[in-house]
Amino acid sequence: MTLAEFLAKLSALEGEAPGRIAGTSSLDEWTVLRNALVGRQAGEFTAIMNELGSLPKEERREAGARANAVKVALEDALEVRRAQLTAKAAESGPKLDLTMPARDRWQGTVHPVSMVIDEVVEIFRELGFTIALGPEAEHAWYNFGALNFPADHPAMDLHDTLYLGADQVLRTHTSPVQVRTLQQYPPPVRILAPGNVYRRDFFDPSHAPMFAQIEGLVVDEGISFADLKATLSHFARRYFGPHTKTRFRPSYFPFTEPSAEMDVQCGVCDGEGCAVCKHSGWIEILGSGMVHPAVLEAAGLDSEKYTGWAFGMGPARTAISRHAIPDIRILYDSDVRFLEQFGR
Amino acid sequence: MNLSHEWLARLVPHGKSAEQIRDLLTAHVATVEHFERLRADLAPIVVAQVVASEKIPETRLSFNKVDDGSGTLLEVVCGAPNVVVGAKYPFARSGTTLPGGMKIEKRKIRGFTSNGMLCSADEIALGTDHDGIYTLETDAAPGTPLLDVLPLGDVRLVLDVLPNRSDLLSHIGVARELSALTGAKLAGPPELADLPPVPSPAVTGTQEASAAGLKVRIDDPLDCARYTAAVISGVTVCPSPDWLRAAVESVGGRSINNVVDATNYMLHGFGQPMHAFDKAKLGGGTVMVRRAKAGEKLTTLDGVERALDPDMLVIADAAHATALAGVMGGKASEVTDATTDIVLEVATFNAQRVRATRRKVGLSTDASYRFERGIDDAMVPQALALGAALVALVSGGHVDALIEVGRAPAKRPPVQLRAARVARVLGEAVSRDECAKLLASIGFEVVVDGEALKVTPPSWRHDVSRDVDLIEEIARLRGFDRLPDTLHGARPGTVPDHPLWGAYRRVRDVLVGAGLHEVRPLPFTSGRGERAETVNLMRVQNPLGEDEPFLRASILDTLARRAEYNLNRMQGNVRLFEVGSVFAARPGGTPTEDVRAALLVMGQRRPPHFTEPQPPAFDAWDAKQLAITLAQASYPGSSVTLEPGTGHVLWYIVVRAARVGRVTRVALDAPVWASPAFGVEVTLGEMSNAAVAPSGQHAHGAKKRPSGVAPAVTIGRREPVRYRAIPTMPAAEFDLALLVPDNVPAADVEKLLRSASGELLERCVLFDEFRGAGIPDGTRSLAWRLTFRHPERTLRDKELDGRRALLLKTLESTLGVRPRTA
Repeated sequence: MTLAEFLAKLSALEGEAPGRIAGTSSLDEWTVLRNALVGRQAGEFTAIMNELGSLPKEERREAGARANAVKVALEDALEVRRAQLTAKAAESGPKLDLTMPARDRWQGTVHPVSMVIDEVVEIFRELGFTIALGPEAEHAWYNFGALNFPADHPAMDLHDTLYLGADQVLRTHTSPVQVRTLQQYPPPVRILAPGNVYRRDFFDPSHAPMFAQIEGLVVDEGISFADLKATLSHFARRYFGPHTKTRFRPSYFPFTEPSAEMDVQCGVCDGEGCAVCKHSGWIEILGSGMVHPAVLEAAGLDSEKYTGWAFGMGPARTAISRHAIPDIRILYDSDVRFLEQFGR
Repeated sequence: MNLSHEWLARLVPHGKSAEQIRDLLTAHVATVEHFERLRADLAPIVVAQVVASEKIPETRLSFNKVDDGSGTLLEVVCGAPNVVVGAKYPFARSGTTLPGGMKIEKRKIRGFTSNGMLCSADEIALGTDHDGIYTLETDAAPGTPLLDVLPLGDVRLVLDVLPNRSDLLSHIGVARELSALTGAKLAGPPELADLPPVPSPAVTGTQEASAAGLKVRIDDPLDCARYTAAVISGVTVCPSPDWLRAAVESVGGRSINNVVDATNYMLHGFGQPMHAFDKAKLGGGTVMVRRAKAGEKLTTLDGVERALDPDMLVIADAAHATALAGVMGGKASEVTDATTDIVLEVATFNAQRVRATRRKVGLSTDASYRFERGIDDAMVPQALALGAALVALVSGGHVDALIEVGRAPAKRPPVQLRAARVARVLGEAVSRDECAKLLASIGFEVVVDGEALKVTPPSWRHDVSRDVDLIEEIARLRGFDRLPDTLHGARPGTVPDHPLWGAYRRVRDVLVGAGLHEVRPLPFTSGRGERAETVNLMRVQNPLGEDEPFLRASILDTLARRAEYNLNRMQGNVRLFEVGSVFAARPGGTPTEDVRAALLVMGQRRPPHFTEPQPPAFDAWDAKQLAITLAQASYPGSSVTLEPGTGHVLWYIVVRAARVGRVTRVALDAPVWASPAFGVEVTLGEMSNAAVAPSGQHAHGAKKRPSGVAPAVTIGRREPVRYRAIPTMPAAEFDLALLVPDNVPAADVEKLLRSASGELLERCVLFDEFRGAGIPDGTRSLAWRLTFRHPERTLRDKELDGRRALLLKTLESTLGVRPRTA
C-alpha cells in the first residue's frame, strides 16, 4: 500500500463515519458501530492501522499523525453521540417508578438483654473497668463458701440452687468471678463480669431459671463506700439521664458489708408514685456493698490493707421495663417475630 | 413481716405518720415493700346527721332529711327501725361502693327519692349486726370521714426482712429501731398494763425439773439449749377480747381463740414462738425434748400425719411425740374448747436442727422461720412469764408454776471497732463517741477501750461478729444518703479483658451484619438431639423438669429446638445465633465447659423484592460462607479451611490443624413446607472451672493466664497488611471448561490450576457447574476463569495460549481431566 492509498482510506472513513454515527438510534446500535469502527479486533480503523507497517519507514510518521487525527475525530463523534443516546434513553426508556421499595437485606439483631449489657459495659469502660468472665458450672466453694455464705443458713434459701454434683453447682450469681479474679490478679482490680446465672425458679411472667447478671468489682487500697455511691450514682446518671436521683437502702448480701440496694427515682412519675414503680416513686436497679473482708481473705488478700466494693444487677429487668415486655419468657422463646423488632 | 402501725405506736409512741415510719424504715432499717390502709374501703363513708324523719305509711320505711356536711340536706329513705332525729350514722352518698361491692345509686322507693344510704355495721363490714343502722357516738361534724371517727385507720407495713435481721421479725424489734431513729422511748403497751402476777422464781433444773404436776426434761441439749414451760390451770377457751382479736388481725392473722391468739400476739409482738399444749393430753404429765424415733408418727395441727426420723427434734410426752420442735404442734394435744389446763412452751431450739426438721417435713411456719434465723434467746424466761400472764389474763386461768430447764446463753464476745477503720470503709470520719452513741441507741453495749470501742451485740442480734458489721450499723443509722459520694480518680486495674469477651463481640458483629438474630435461650436439653454428643451429657441433679434434665453439649441442639418453636408458629425464615456455654460430664470430676458460637439458618436467603418475589432458600453454600465468616471472626489472623465431612456433617472447620467446629444439616421436626436448615458451630475456648488457688490463697506470682480460659487453638497474631501496588497494566483472562470425573474433587483441580499457572496468575474462580446433555456419565463440566497480569507490560495472546496448553496437558496427565470442547 502506498501512502496515498493509506491516506485515501483514512479520508474515506473520516468522510462517511459521521453519518453512520449519527444514524445510530440506540446505545446497543452505537456499541455495535463503535466496535465496527474502532474496535480492537475487527474495527475498520484498526484494519487501516494494521497497514501502517507496510509503508516505507520514512512515510510512517506522516501517516501516523494523520491516522491519529482521524481517530480522535472518530472518538469525539462517538462520544458526543453516546451522550445524546444516553440522554434519550433516560427520557424515553421504561421509566423507573422511584417510589418502589429498595432491594432489602435481612436485618440482624442483638438480643435486647445484650443491648443493656453493652450499654452498662460502655459506661463502666469509661471508668477503666475491664471484662472478666467465669464458668457457669462452678465449684460450690466459689459460689458460696468463698463468698461468706454461712453453711446451712436461710441466706441459702434466696439462692435456690441447681446442683451438678456434691460440690458442683450452676452458679447462682456472677459473684464467684469476684473471687476467681482476686485470686488471679493483684489489686488494683476494676472489673465488670457479665454472664448467665441459674436459680431453681420455675418460669413465670417475672422469673426464669436462668438469667443474665452483671457483676462489678473494685478492690484497691483506700476504696470506700463513698466510691461505691459516687460510681454507681454516676452510672445511673449516665444510663438514665443527667438528672437521675438515686437512693441507697440497707440490704443484705453475705459477701458485702455494709450492703445497699440502689434505686433510681421513677422516670414515669418523677417520684410521685405510679403503677410502674408500684407507687413507691423508686425503681430498684442493683444490689451493692463493700466487699466483705472474709471474701478478700478467701482470695488470699490482706483485708486490712485492701478494701473494695461490688455490685450486681439484672439486665433483663431493665430490658423488660424499657421495651414494655409483658412476660420474661418472651426473652427466651426466640420467636423471630419478637427478635426482628430490635432491628433498625 | 407484717407490721401494724398502731401496734408499733403502742410500743414506741413516736407521734409520726405511717408514711413517715415507712420512709424511716426503708432508709435506715429494711425496705417496706407494701403499705396498705386496712380499711381503705371505708374512705368514702362519712358521718351524717338525721335532721328530720317521718314514717312512710304501710311500710317499715322512713323518709329522712340528712345532713352530710355538703350544705344541702339530702332526702334518704331508710328501712331500719332505729332512726333517731339528731343522731349520727355512717352514710354512703350515691355513687359510693360499699365494702361488700354494692353500689349506692340514687333511686325511687314508693315515690320517695333516696340519695344515699344510712349504713348498718354489717353493711360496712364492721360486724354482723344488721338489726339497725350503726349509731355513732361522736361529736364530729357531718361530712367527717368515718375513718377519722372510728379507730379503724390502722396501716399495715410489710417489711422485707432479710435473713440476717431476725430481730426485725417482731414489733418490739422494729420498735427498738424506731426508738433509735426518732428518739422516742420504748413503752409498755397499754394492753399489757394489768397482767395478773405469776409465780416467781421459776423452778429450775439443768436437764430436768418438775412443778405443778408437770415434768420437763431435755434429752438433747445440743439441739435445745433451754426449755421453759408454764402450767396454767382453770382456763376458759373462748373467743378473744376485741383488742387481742384486732391485734392478731392487724398483722394478717386469723383469730382462733383466746389462748392461741395470745401466743400469736407474743410471736408477732416479741418475736418469741410459743406453743400451748392441752395439759390433760400430755401422757404422764411429761414434756420431753428428744430426737424422733425411727418409724414414729405425728399428726400435726394441720391434720397431716407425718413420718418422723431421728434427724428431727420433737417434743414428746411419756409415750408419744406431741410436737415438731420449733415447727408445729401436734393435733392430739391441741388446745380445744374443752381444755382447762395448759402447758405453755417457750424454748431455744437449735437453728440448724429446726431447719433440718422443717425441710424434711416440708413445712415452714412462723415459728420455724424465726428459729432458723435466730430468736432472742436471752429473753426466753421473761417471754414465758409475760406469755403465761397474758394467757391467764385473757382466759381467766391461773399460772401455777414456771419451769425452766437448761442453760442461759453465753454473752456474745465483744467486737473491737476503731474510728480509723470506720473512716476507711465509709469514706467519712465518724468520731469514736458518735459511733458509740449510735451503737448504744440500738442496744449494743459499748465500752471505750483507748482509741477503740469494745462493742458487745445485744442478745437479739445474731449478725454481728466483725468490725464491718458494726460499721454497717453506723452507716445505716446515719443514713446511706448522708454519706459522701465524691468520685475519685482510680488506678488502672491489672486485669486484662477476657479473650472470650472479645471473641463474643467479634462474632456477634459479623453475624448481626449477616442478618442473624442473637438469642439467649435456656441451655437445658432432653438429651435426644445431636446424636453424637449425647454420651457425656451433664445431668442436673435436681432439674427443673424431667423432660429436660441435661445441660446441653451443643448450642445447635438448643437452636434446633428454637427453630422448631418458630416453625410451629408458621415462621419459616429462621436465622438465629448464640454465643454460650456447652457442658460435658467427666467421670468422677467436675464438668467441662466450653464457650461456643453457633448459628442456624433456614428459609429465604433474602427478603422478597418485586424484582425477586421468591428468593431462593439458604443452601449448603450459604452455610459454608457463614462458617468461614464465623470462623474468621472467632480466630482472626488464622487461616480457616473447611474439610468435607460425612453424614449430616457437611464440613469440619479447621484452624491451625485443629478441628474447631463444623457445618451440619440440622434435622428438625419440621412441616413439609419448611426449607432445609443448616447449622454452624465453632468452639471459641474452654471456660475452665479449675480452682485458681486454694482457699485463702492467691496465684498472683504465677504465670499469667486469663482466669480459667484455654482457647481451642492459639489465636494468631494478625500480621499487618502490606501494601501492594495498584496494577497499571491490563489483565488478560481465559476460561477453561473441563470435564471432571465425579471422583476428582474440584479443589484438587483448582489446586493444580493455581500451582501450574505460574506467578502471573491473579485470580482463579470456579464459575460454572453443568451436568447433562453432552456430558458423559460420571463426570460434570466445571468452568474456571483464570486472570493473569504482568506488572510491567501487556501480556501477549501467544503467552496466554502457551499457558492454556500447558495447563490442559498437566490436568490430563495428573488428574485425567480433559477440556469439555476437545
